Amino acid sequence: MSTKTIAGVEVNLNDEGYMEDASQWTKEIGTEIANEEGIELTEKHFEVIEFIRNKVAAGEGLTIRGIGKSGVVNAKEFYGLFPGAPLKKATKISGVPKPTSCI
Amino acid sequence: MENTEKVPLKKILLICSKASIEDVYAALVMGNGAVMEGIETKLFFTFFGLDAITKKTMTKLHTATTGNPGMRMPGGLPFPTMLGGLPGVEAGVSAMMRKQMDALDIPPVDEFLELITAGGGEIYACKLAMDMFKLTKEDLHEEVSAVITVGDLYEMCDGPGTQIVFT
Repeated sequence: MSTKTIAGVEVNLNDEGYMEDASQWTKEIGTEIANEEGIELTEKHFEVIEFIRNKVAAGEGLTIRGIGKSGVVNAKEFYGLFPGAPLKKATKISGVPKPTSCI
Repeated sequence: MENTEKVPLKKILLICSKASIEDVYAALVMGNGAVMEGIETKLFFTFFGLDAITKKTMTKLHTATTGNPGMRMPGGLPFPTMLGGLPGVEAGVSAMMRKQMDALDIPPVDEFLELITAGGGEIYACKLAMDMFKLTKEDLHEEVSAVITVGDLYEMCDGPGTQIVFT
């Protein structure tokens, strides 16, 4: 674990760079983490982030299939918004733990 | 000096040659998992594995109830092989298995293929097996990119960090 100042806030990160405390998250922090991942956040990104944060807050698991059926984006759009490893990147930017799902 | 540099997995080719639920899903889960990690992914279906990408059969895959030592009754008791051979038992067990998978948010085969291609994964069918089973491209699900030869498959294997897995 390490601490890092992101967007003026001191946050705790785990070894993989995921935030330890989701309640510390702000849009500014999300934007800065996204920049580090090479992603510039748009309104659509924030809609997805909101969906992810709500899901995690409700204690539900995250899958690409679930996000694809969320009504916010389909699976292809999700891959387009967070290219490469979308679930890993999107959760990191959303300030929630890395998902443990295999699908 | 010994070269200890680690080359991350960049490309994976998964070959599926069998039609049972477990064989097909092993390939689909690994393929989709690779796509999720940003790894270039190609799935190649051959022999009985073609059932998984043939429109008529893809959503009705079975698991073997005879000759399958891992088969158990719902309570965990052994599953008698004689019982597995009775008419309708394999179909019933397979339907139950598909239902349980659905409950775990594991998509049906056609939706799984769509999920893989949505992330940039590619699905191929083996030409030789297609000829053997007298199938045409029209019999296959629309997410199948092409019908290719084994030579085509090997041409796709270029580059460092590429692996082939036969399931």
